[in-house]
Parts: sequence; C-alpha cells; structure tokens
Amino acid sequence: MNTTPITRRFALGVAAAAASGRLLPARAAAEPVKIGFVATMSGPFAATGEIMSKAAQLFLDTHGRALLGDTPVELIVRDDGGANPDTAKRLVQELVTRDRVQYVAGFQWTPNANAVGPLLNQAKVPCVLMNASGANTTRLSPYFVRTAFTQWQVCLPLGKWASGTRGWPKAYVLVTDFGPGKDAEGAFTKGFKESGGEIVGAAAMPIQSPNFVPFLLRAKEAKPDVVFGFHPGGVQASSFMKAAAEAGLREAGIQLIGSQDLTSEEELPNMGDAALGVITAGQYSLVGDRPANRAFVEAWKSKYGFKPVRPNYMAVGVWDGMHAICTAIQATGGKADTDGAMRALSHFATDDSPRGPIRIDPATREIVQNIYIREVKPVGEELGNVEFATVPAVKDPWKDLNPA
Amino acid sequence: MTADIAFQALGYGSVLYLISVGLSVTLGLMGFINLAHGIFAMIGGYLAAVAVAGWGVPWPAMLVLAPLATAALAAVLERTLFARLYGRSELDQVLFCIGIVFIAGALIRLGFGPTLQPMPLPPALRETVQVAGMGFYAYKLLVIGVGVATALALLFGLERTRAGAIIRAAVENRGMAESVGLRTGPIFTATFALGGALGALGGILGADVFGLNPAYALDVLVYIQIVVAIAGLGTLRGSFLAALLIGVIQTLSAYYVPEMGTILLFSVVFLLLLLRPRGLFGRV
Repeated sequence: MNTTPITRRFALGVAAAAASGRLLPARAAAEPVKIGFVATMSGPFAATGEIMSKAAQLFLDTHGRALLGDTPVELIVRDDGGANPDTAKRLVQELVTRDRVQYVAGFQWTPNANAVGPLLNQAKVPCVLMNASGANTTRLSPYFVRTAFTQWQVCLPLGKWASGTRGWPKAYVLVTDFGPGKDAEGAFTKGFKESGGEIVGAAAMPIQSPNFVPFLLRAKEAKPDVVFGFHPGGVQASSFMKAAAEAGLREAGIQLIGSQDLTSEEELPNMGDAALGVITAGQYSLVGDRPANRAFVEAWKSKYGFKPVRPNYMAVGVWDGMHAICTAIQATGGKADTDGAMRALSHFATDDSPRGPIRIDPATREIVQNIYIREVKPVGEELGNVEFATVPAVKDPWKDLNPA
Repeated sequence: MTADIAFQALGYGSVLYLISVGLSVTLGLMGFINLAHGIFAMIGGYLAAVAVAGWGVPWPAMLVLAPLATAALAAVLERTLFARLYGRSELDQVLFCIGIVFIAGALIRLGFGPTLQPMPLPPALRETVQVAGMGFYAYKLLVIGVGVATALALLFGLERTRAGAIIRAAVENRGMAESVGLRTGPIFTATFALGGALGALGGILGADVFGLNPAYALDVLVYIQIVVAIAGLGTLRGSFLAALLIGVIQTLSAYYVPEMGTILLFSVVFLLLLLRPRGLFGRV
C-alpha cells in the first residue's frame, strides 16, 4: 500500500497551496503580466516605500489602463525593510521562480539593486531601477534600466552652476558618510572646481549622527560662500535644516545648497522657515510648472491626498518607470519576450513626464533628463522648490568619466 | 567658538540625560532592563507636538501636561504588561521590550504617518539671547536649565525626602522593606510612571535633535543604553555625568575630527567599560 497518510502537515500544505492559487484550475481568461516591485515598506524608511508603491499603483490605474487596454497587469509589492542586500536577493529569487514575474522594478537602495544583478543575468528578467542612484549599478547587468537619477547627474551640474554661472568662489562640502554621499561629494567637487571654484573644506558625517550643529559650526569657521550639504533625505534632512538655522549659517551670509534630498517634498512642510532660500538641484519638484506635472499632482491628490505622504522625485522615478514598463508590455503584447522588452525599455522616451522631457540612453540604459536648479520659496500657503534655471538633457557623467 | 561648542555639548548632554534617566530610575529600582523606555519619550513628544500644532495648546503647558499624561499611561502599562515580566529571564524581558517598541512604532505610524512630526516652538524660544557678549540660542538654554534642574531635583528627592527613602529602601532590599510594612507594588508603579514622565520631558525638549518619527524608540535606543552603561547600572548620580560625557565627546569629535565619525565615541565607551565594567558609578 502506497497511500500517503493525510497528516496535519500535509493538510496544511494543501491549504497553503490552495490559498496561494497553486491548485486552482483555469485562471481568469488572460494571464496577468506580473511586475515584482521591491521597496522599503517597513522600518525607519517606510515612508519612501509608501510613496513608491502608491506612485506605481497610481500609474497603473490611470495612464497604464489607457496604454494597455485589457491586458491585465498585476503589481506584486515586496518589502526589503531597508538596505538589506540579502533580503532583496531572496525576494527577487522568489518573485522570479515562484511568482514568475516578467519585470522586476522599484529599488530604493543601491546595495540591494547591486545584489540582484547576478540573479537577473541568470533569469534574464528586465529590472527597472526607479530610485537607486549608485552610478555603477547599470554596469552589473545588461537587464538593468534606470528611470531614477544618479548623484553624479544631479551634483555635477550643480557644482558647475554654483561656481560658474552663479559665481560663488568658495565652498565647504558636508556629506553623509556612505556610498551616495561620496558620489555627491565627488561630483559636486569636480563640477565646482572645473568652473573655477575652490573647496575650502570637506567632512563626512556619520550616517546615524543625530546632532549636526557642530559639523555646521566647523563649516562656518572656514568662511565659505556656500555649504554644499548631502543627506539621504527623510527625517534626518529635517534635523539637518534645523541645525543649519541654529548654527546661524544665514546670519553669517553663507548660502546652503545641496541635492534635492535636502529639501525633499515630503519633509519640506516639516522644515518650516529653516528651509527658506535653500538652493538645490534635482530632476523633479512638486511645484514644477508643467502641464504633465499639474495633471500628475492632481491625480495623486484626488486618489491619496497629501497626508501622510506627497509625491516627490521618488514618486516620479516610479511613475516614469511604470510608464516604461507599460510601453514594453505593449510592445511585446504581454508575452514573456526579454529581448523585445529590453529593446522597448532602453529606447523609452517621452516628452510628457512630470519632470519634463526624458529618454533612456540605449548605450548605457541610463535616463537622460533635465536637471533643475531650485530655490525654496513660499508657494501659496506652503513651501515649494521653485525651479529657476534648467540644465537640459543631462546624461549620467559618471559613465563618461569611468569608461567600462 | 569654544563657548559655542561647550554650549552645544551641554545642550546635547542634557537631552541625552532627560531621555535616559528614566531608564536608570526603573533599572535601579526594579532590575528590569526596559529597552522600550524610548517609547515614553516618543509618546510624550508626539502628544506635545500634536497638541501644540493641532489643537493650539501653548507649548509651555504641554511641557507639563504631556509628561503627566505619559506618566499615567506608563503606570497603566506597568500594571497590565511590564509587571508580568519582573523576575523573568533576561531574554524574555528583552524580547518583550523589543516587541513593545515595534508595536508602539507601528501604532504611531498608523496614527500620524511615517514622516517627521514637527514640534512648533514659541517664537520667544527661537531667539538668540546675548549673555556676556556671546549669543546663545534661547531654546538650548531652556533645555540645559531643565536638564540641570531635573538632575538636582532627582538627587535631592531621593537623598533627602521620605519618598526617596522609601524608594531606596525598596531597592536595597525588597524583602526587608516589605516586612517593615512598605507595599512595594505601588512604589514600583509610581517609580515607573516617574521614569515615563522624565522620558516624555526628554522627548519634547529633544525633538530638534532626535526628530519625532515612528522609529524614534529605535533611534534613541543605542544612546540610552550607552548612557546607562557608562553611568553604572541604576545610578542616578552617574547618569547626568555620563550623558554630559557622551555629549562632550560627540560634539568635540564632530567639530574637531569629523572624519573619525562615531569611532571615537564607541572607542571611549569600549575602553571605559573595559576598565570599569560596572560603569563610572556602579555599585561593586
């Protein structure tokens, strides 16, 4: 007798399999195209995951539907909990082998993205980086496409603008001591020096430091014209701005500048007057005066409101990334065709992104986009990053500086 | 500039002291390592921030009301939850506390969202005050004042008052205290509530350093533990000096050797604990 005894474990297994849809016969008429979406949905950085997943769903519910007609799409959101390369790897493995996703997307963290490169090469699944900004990631697998940005893309033009166009002679550089902080420091320093500026000092702040005033007092001592600050954004950026106000940078006639993380849209309301007049560079501002952006912000507002999170550059990185994926699904007719999908993704271009005209450079699979120089000003009753200068169609400079 | 740095160190030290002294109190008294102590600072801070920003309650009023409300909540939590863990194994206690931290963080996130909760300050506190030709940020002066006053009040209260004597008796020898007729249960509850109130005070006054957000209790956890360990488990006197020491080290290293990051702080902590495993003021 070879009958399998129905143990409790076996029964549970059947129940679990049924619940996950494994045993259910014949699904709905058309198999949905699955997109695995890895973001940080819990822990201290949960706000970013909330912004990213909301943006993805918003695109699918609005433009996505128009693009795809009745091809069903399923977004499978997975939580990496922060900068956890091992978790990200496991999640992508599950998404690819068990959920059989056709696209992988999302990614806030460069280390997480870097860790899944080898997996993509094995599984031959396209992966759209919607927020991770480490410059070398796209070199790690030919299946990476980036709709986010790189620190070099943002900070090099800012450096050039600050010393060249604006004419500030001396800068002090203050960055958080981790990968992107080093990228920001290198890019800004290069740009600032190339246009004739001088760096009078630099310091890397520990990533978990709660008290920024002493760093800023030291910077003030060096008597620069500008302090360039870089932060991973979020709660720490608010503390940093308050510290800058307390250290009396403004009273000393020192201008605070930085990448967009310094005055990111979701924290700006919490910063209050401390942020007024701060100049940043970035690819997206909530108050950017473009029809596509107004429509995007309206759509967000009517679906989610502005509490607890509002759209920022991360939301737009996801929005455009989902746009690229939907275009690829359209081009491949929803079939699993990696080459076709990669061709569509790496030639993706639109003039109607909330951030202006964008395109993917097929050679590097990196986004080419405008970088705007913005100043924090009152807009209506709130503060906004008001764009006042544009550096058009910026490619990622790191790729040219570091040929493969 | 030296005055500026000293002032910053003192201000930061005061915040650390207020946030962590509550843990020293409960640890000394009950031998219970309440790793969830940070939630009281978080709750106090959120209460004050929401009341001031949302309901227009004056900030100074919340500086008193929020700690009182937090104390009440702490007393309830002590009776219903924490008291069950007294005398249990350390692993049980730690797991329990970390669980509480995650639950509190998730509830805060549900109620107030994942971003920073801004603490609106009265304009008078955001002025720079001139003292002896030097400018000081009024708010930091207040923080330092409250920190020093709390340290003195605690010291005086425990050494010189009847209530202090009762608490000390219960700590020294619970069995003997009970046999001379002291009911230690309510004493523990009251002391736990006091610890919660002190934490709340720290949460409110320290909101510009440790920003109020759902992960707050984890953000401060390391610093609270350093202060308590350096001070010596359960000494109140040591807490203020330990907090000050940490404040000075972090501020000086950030100003003079920023490239050393937190290496300096943790090296000093490491060395101190190597030389004095029971902390600066720990009972041997």
